[in-house]
Amino acid sequence: MKRRGRSLTLAIWLAALLACVLLIAHTRFVADLSAFMPRMPSERQQLLVEQLRDGVIARLVMIGIEGGDAAERARLSRELAAKLRDDPAFMGVQNGDTATQEHDRAYFFDNRYLLSPAVSGERFSSEGLRLAIGSSLDALAGNAGLILKRLLPRDPTGETLQLLEQFAGDSQPRSLEGAWASRDGKRALLLAQTRGAGSDTEAQARAIDSIRQAFARIPGRNADTRLVMSGTSVFSVSSRSTIESEVSRLATASIVLVSCLLLLVYRSFALLALGMLPVVSGAVVGIAAVSLGFGQVHGLTLGFGTTLIGEAVDYSIYLFIQRAGGANPRGFWRTIRLGVLTSIAGFAALLYSGFPGLSQLGLYSISGLVAAALVTRYVLPQLMPQGIAVRDLTQAGVLLERIMVRAARLRWLIIALLLAAGASIVFHAGDIWNRQLSALSPISRAEQQLDMELRNGLGAPDMRYMATFTAPDEESALRGAERAGAVLQELVKEKILGGFNSPALVLPSSALQRARQAALPDEQQARARLGEALAGLPLKPDRLAGFLTDMQAARARQPLVRADLAGTSAALLVDSLLVRRDKDYLVLMPLRATAGSPSGDLIDLAKVSAALDAKGLAQVTVIDLLEETTAIFDSYLHEALILSGLGCLAIVGLLLLALRSVSRTLRVATPLACAVLCVTAVLLASGTQLTILHLVGLLLVVAVGSNYALFFDSAAQPASAADRRQTQISLVVANLTTVGSFGLLGLSKVPVLSAIGTTVGPGAFLALVFAAILARVRSDAGSH
Amino acid sequence: MLNLTHIRTIAGAVLALAAAATTADDWKLADLMQTLAQHQAGRASFVEKKYIGIVEKPIESSGELAFTAPDKLEKRTFKPKPESLVLEGDRLTIDQPGKRRQTLSLQEHPEISAVVESIRGTLAGDRFALEKFYTLELTGSVDRWQLLLIPTQTRMIDIVSRIRIGGSQATVKSIDFEQADGDRSQMLITKIVAQ
Repeated sequence: MKRRGRSLTLAIWLAALLACVLLIAHTRFVADLSAFMPRMPSERQQLLVEQLRDGVIARLVMIGIEGGDAAERARLSRELAAKLRDDPAFMGVQNGDTATQEHDRAYFFDNRYLLSPAVSGERFSSEGLRLAIGSSLDALAGNAGLILKRLLPRDPTGETLQLLEQFAGDSQPRSLEGAWASRDGKRALLLAQTRGAGSDTEAQARAIDSIRQAFARIPGRNADTRLVMSGTSVFSVSSRSTIESEVSRLATASIVLVSCLLLLVYRSFALLALGMLPVVSGAVVGIAAVSLGFGQVHGLTLGFGTTLIGEAVDYSIYLFIQRAGGANPRGFWRTIRLGVLTSIAGFAALLYSGFPGLSQLGLYSISGLVAAALVTRYVLPQLMPQGIAVRDLTQAGVLLERIMVRAARLRWLIIALLLAAGASIVFHAGDIWNRQLSALSPISRAEQQLDMELRNGLGAPDMRYMATFTAPDEESALRGAERAGAVLQELVKEKILGGFNSPALVLPSSALQRARQAALPDEQQARARLGEALAGLPLKPDRLAGFLTDMQAARARQPLVRADLAGTSAALLVDSLLVRRDKDYLVLMPLRATAGSPSGDLIDLAKVSAALDAKGLAQVTVIDLLEETTAIFDSYLHEALILSGLGCLAIVGLLLLALRSVSRTLRVATPLACAVLCVTAVLLASGTQLTILHLVGLLLVVAVGSNYALFFDSAAQPASAADRRQTQISLVVANLTTVGSFGLLGLSKVPVLSAIGTTVGPGAFLALVFAAILARVRSDAGSH
Repeated sequence: MLNLTHIRTIAGAVLALAAAATTADDWKLADLMQTLAQHQAGRASFVEKKYIGIVEKPIESSGELAFTAPDKLEKRTFKPKPESLVLEGDRLTIDQPGKRRQTLSLQEHPEISAVVESIRGTLAGDRFALEKFYTLELTGSVDRWQLLLIPTQTRMIDIVSRIRIGGSQATVKSIDFEQADGDRSQMLITKIVAQ
């Protein structure tokens, strides 16, 4: 019977592991910003999320070429652009080449009568023509006269200038040797748009790699020339590889460290291997559970995997060293169960977080710990060979007990520490939390700096403020953009806005184009009106034959469509601002603040919104993306504070229920609270602003530390001195593994991981020390 | 920028000295440059006439010019449309009533740079700045000289094919721009008051 039970347990365990491994093999691992985006976003947040995931912004790669001289950089820019244009992975590449400039010039000049906002019936009456032509003649007197004169024969009313005026204030990249260059001229700049969606990190990684290879293969390239890249997709790819390399590095280091430590204590490879079984099982089950629950696993969640090593290994340490509680196995397993339950209570709070990164972490930890505990309880005892035992640790135990007796006299130290910690926290009271997304982002400062430089050089629109709406089809999207544009134009005149951008500026709706066509006179009318208009002006009608021909051609042509923009830089503008989605079109109209206004670079969005509402454009939403992201993080933090509070309450409730004693519950909870306060104080005093991950770290301190406090508490119950010593030794070993693995995490370059490491490493250590100091005193008092 | 101009001026002087040893013509050019360079500031009114083929009458504009050594040039047009153009160091600022102020960096706009440098370089006697864009040819006498500037870069031909600057002693009296299609502008500078 016993044998059959044993094989059944092992079979279930192995089958479960196999199922989990199969599941993991089909799991998608991601490392983009999705972990930070809300799970159930509001409508505005949804927009932000979509833009970050799939918008054109997420598909733009900004490229810089450094080194060599300007001519060489421009040549490399042209060669690279040519190669990338042939690559189907890219929808478009821009580098300010003359061909694109020619296309731009031709598009705006040839279509000026469909694009100019000034075209109206009035302007093309004889009086209107006289005024417009008179004004063009006056402009010839200005400094640019000898250049503007070239436009006069075909565009005497100055429509080209009228339409270009709409883009005044947009910054253009500088041109050097026929290629875009940075402001300081030291980098050639290119802009590539990938075909793959921004959320498809694999496709982005391949595209970025093709850029690198295309650059490396340019013939005759000087060895001192370099390629730099930035953009949302570059960030996704680089943070994924950072996280991947960090995770494997940390996991390896953590396993090596913990193994060495355990070997030192156990002096047995068999025990070491057995001790790792709960860890491996826990990690495998944890990943599989996240994969099932979320459909994908974020790289950061794997990073936390290393933390589980430190915690899950504890159970086997307790089992081996305490010899399953020696004389009192039931008490031992009860304590373990209670420890697991308190950890679950803490992590369960995270499950409800709107922050997907946190809820993944919660699920991962709960399922991992449960699996590790179950394996320790049911599998390990079956596999432990008879007679195998940890070497005698009595000597170390006696030594430890002597230290702990001394430590008990340090109660005053705890009070002093608490006072200092309280003072430090009060001192930093207004400034405890860091609300910036960048505090969590794995993107280094140098990468952010490069991104800003390339963005400024390219004059890429600042996407902080946006007016946005959706429409069922392209035509109504453009018409909506025109109506909103009319309101925004008024706000520009009132200096509430500095400017705005709109897809309709380069591609007006068919309706508007037809209205403009209808405003143009037919050939006979045009000839007659021009004759009248020119009376008294120093310009002969026969000089303006090109004007009449062009106007008639504009009247007769089909309205412009997206395809007419091919080869121009305006195509990218339309793609970015008029986003085609599955069911509708999303229109984005970036807003610019008034330069040099007293409010700095801020826009009073309430005024903008009110102006739009007043014109019946309530469907247009204006948002401040920076404020929106900050608000998301604020809400995460707020929510996490409440959830961790609830988690702590749940832990206290659980302890009360299990220990059936207020004083014992206090004895368990006090060292944990002290550890949390001290760690918080030290972090603040060292100039760290706490992020949501530090908060999670503190919760982990409570979850991990509760195990120590519980065992101290159980050791305080009537038991043999030998058992007590074994318990204490096992706690120290378990603590060392935890501090070691979290300490390694603290060294990580990834802020999320290092935040948890720097919190839990010291926190777990303090929890043990405080538990020892406080528990010992009580046990002496209680053992009469 | 000031330093750069300073270095340019010194470099210009060194070049001038080196060239001086070779031809007599260059003596004159170096002389003229030196004379011009001695004037630190000046103010003048100007009348500019543009002769443009398709327009039947010359188009006239007028205003004031001011130069302050080493590198500040202001051109304020009063008629027919007010417009101001201020060049200082590398920055060119253009103001037109009712329009956004435009600020350009000359380094980023070589064509504009070439045009404005022809005037500023002459007023400053900065041969090095002029020779960056033009070959120089001096004719006439000290009291009635004419400096011909021919662009060296082909892309400039679209804007200007040659520039004629006329003057007497240290006074610049006229600046003419000519284009390849025969259109031209003639600026008469009526009153330079040396300070």
